[in-house]
Amino acid sequence: MPALRMQNRLLSLIIFAPLAGAAINWLIGRRVRNERFIALVACGSVGISTILGFYLAFKSNGALRSTQPVMDHLWTWIQVGNFRADFGLAMDRLSGIYVLFITFVGFLIHVFATGYMRGDTGYYRFFAYLNLFMFAMLTLILGDNFLLMFVGWEGVGLCSYLLIGYYLDKEEAAPAAKKAFVANRVGDWGFVMGILLLFWMTSGAGAPSISFFDKPGLTSALATIAHMAPESFALHMLWYGGITSIAILLFIGATGKSAQIPLYVWLPDAMAGPTPVSALIHAATMVTAGVYMLARCSAIFTHAPMAMFIVAIIGAATALFAATIGLAQNDIKKVLAYSTISQLGYMFLACGVGAFTAAIFHVMTHAFFKAQLFLGSGSVIHGMHHEQDMRRMGNLRKYMPITWLTMCCGWLAICGVPIWAGFFSKDEILWKVWVAGPFSIPAGAAKALWFIGIVTALLTAIYMTRLMVMTFWGSERFNSGHDAHGESHADDHHTVTPHESPWSMTIPLIVLAVLSTVGGLVGVPYAISSLAGGHPENYFEEVLAPAISTVPATEAAAGESTKLHWESPPPQEVDGKPAVAPVGEAPAATSSHETPSPQELNEERLLALVSVLVALSGIGIGWVMFQRKPLRAMPRLLENKYYVDEIYDATIIQPIEAGSREGLWKIIDVGAIDGILVHGPGEIVKRLARTLRYMQIGFVRGYAAIILAGALIIIGYFAYNGAHVLRFLVR
Amino acid sequence: MTPQLSWYLALSAVLFTIGVVGVMIKRNVISMFMCIELMLNAVNLTFVAFSSFFRDVTGQLFVFIVMTVAAAEAAVGLGIIIAIFRSRESLDVDDSSTLKL
Repeated sequence: MPALRMQNRLLSLIIFAPLAGAAINWLIGRRVRNERFIALVACGSVGISTILGFYLAFKSNGALRSTQPVMDHLWTWIQVGNFRADFGLAMDRLSGIYVLFITFVGFLIHVFATGYMRGDTGYYRFFAYLNLFMFAMLTLILGDNFLLMFVGWEGVGLCSYLLIGYYLDKEEAAPAAKKAFVANRVGDWGFVMGILLLFWMTSGAGAPSISFFDKPGLTSALATIAHMAPESFALHMLWYGGITSIAILLFIGATGKSAQIPLYVWLPDAMAGPTPVSALIHAATMVTAGVYMLARCSAIFTHAPMAMFIVAIIGAATALFAATIGLAQNDIKKVLAYSTISQLGYMFLACGVGAFTAAIFHVMTHAFFKAQLFLGSGSVIHGMHHEQDMRRMGNLRKYMPITWLTMCCGWLAICGVPIWAGFFSKDEILWKVWVAGPFSIPAGAAKALWFIGIVTALLTAIYMTRLMVMTFWGSERFNSGHDAHGESHADDHHTVTPHESPWSMTIPLIVLAVLSTVGGLVGVPYAISSLAGGHPENYFEEVLAPAISTVPATEAAAGESTKLHWESPPPQEVDGKPAVAPVGEAPAATSSHETPSPQELNEERLLALVSVLVALSGIGIGWVMFQRKPLRAMPRLLENKYYVDEIYDATIIQPIEAGSREGLWKIIDVGAIDGILVHGPGEIVKRLARTLRYMQIGFVRGYAAIILAGALIIIGYFAYNGAHVLRFLVR
Repeated sequence: MTPQLSWYLALSAVLFTIGVVGVMIKRNVISMFMCIELMLNAVNLTFVAFSSFFRDVTGQLFVFIVMTVAAAEAAVGLGIIIAIFRSRESLDVDDSSTLKL
């Protein structure tokens, strides 16, 4: 292995700068209580990460310009037998892209939060948590092995918990935080089991490892898996204990973190946290960690067709399910929360059909436009003096023009209107679903999944239009005394005058709006770019291709085609366009670079046209339905989120609680542990003593008799059993 | 007819048994005490007999130790007996069946 490794100490600074920021804010900021100082530390530390991230990604030989990852091995963290986990960071093309948008979007959201959180008593605490989150998230992304990734994974879970429950005086915040934490624990179980099983399998293959990359003295676990033959497409492979089992366990972890069915329930509740948190953690970055994990483990998933099929089904189901719920929500943040779940469903659908690059592309564009939408909603909430109910908004475009205009960009992006970012990524996913090969998707299912995807796109356009119309158009409803939804806070908002937010909030909005508009242009598919005769390649896909393993084109070529770049690094071009994997090494990887046949191109263009029409008609339907009647009653089933929370409560939480109370507490704890293990020995001693105390008669000769009896018994024992017992005892 | 080892052992056993029985049936503290001394000396006799039989001086060493301990024990024991007698005006062990007076 030609060990041309780029070590760069700066890489660790990317994660440690936010950690230092968190420490400073926690230790010093809490005493200083100066908002300027705290904001400067928080934004500055993330700014350092951002600059370093861009530098390491784009410098010559940087992560995005060479096929070799930039690595930074800090220390060997755990070494037990042949198990080794390093505290090492690695930035390859996949994690590089993630670092770029996480640090950049994170920086913007930090800036936004300095304005949004102004005057809050827990200012220092908020930014300490937020910086700690950045540290954990970047550790998750940059960790070069599963265990370090898991540390980051848990770290973001912790920060998510802390930030959802940030408003200590808000009644629903603490249970929401708890719910998020518990739902994530369920998923983490799968993740941990997946890691264990992976280590077990790689040990069986003779190269025990949980590392993502080849390192001195360590083989990449993913490369080991990539050498194995793909498993068959059969249901029983799920619990066979092979690659498919690993994949499905890892996917369970992803469903927890990325809010997929059945563990998505925590994400809507997580909106109890401050809006910048919702934007940063629960829309742009943390919830996409599951997609990152799947893409990182693409070598595992492309050997587990059954797992991929399930990923695709869950993704599609979540996308559709969440979109329908999103239609009927009245809280502006809840709509966006369900929209996030729905979009995450798209990403998993893409992973399921093997289009990992499309999934990552959508992660990126989604980070732009969803952060934009969330920050926009934060700006609206700020301007409306913490009113989140869209039924009490309306015509805000008059009062908040910048928020309105920037949110329009996010709106068009998520609907999938051409030029805006969401169009390219969503269209890419739908196209990849349409042409999904027989490897992981049975014939016919691809078209069905595509249909679900397109219906979801339609619903997305409708509910986002509803959100925009209810918020920015129509009649002003915030001052009217009438109340469609109850009198709970009818009195305290009588004299609201919405106002535009300060610059610290609008500038991030503008930047993100620009990104939502042009951010998709890095991944224009060939079918569309060739129309304009422009840059003929899908730049984004080209960049990512070497870091992702692809689905074998046919069953026969499976063993050959899944080779990764780890084993034999392709020649790298420095300071040019990204190097392309050489032909013959990875035929499947290069297949996407071949010029597709004209029929395919026409089909892709046709589908793009269909999705554009669907998006536009969705906007049209939404406009017609809600322009006149913004308060139109929605189906009760949807408004109540299909009663999923109630069902979970009745089928899982109540039985667990009842079982804990009646079984674990009353029988196991009180009965067995207290009753037998704790009180038992004491009771035995007491009873025994009550009997034995009659031996203490007080007469000297009685004691003498007992001594004699004891002596006789001992002597008798030895006399009876012979001297060899004595010999045995003495020795 | 030279004395055999078994003679000494038999004598020792008899003496020991007398001592045991004496401790069990006597009520006078002084008598019990003497019986205990008797048992100790029975053991001493065994030691000496074996020592002579095995031509090994260790047994006699043990006898010295036993005698030393017995002397010390006699001093302590008699002291206790005097103390008991002073407090209870009796040498009958059955009278001192409680620690409290």
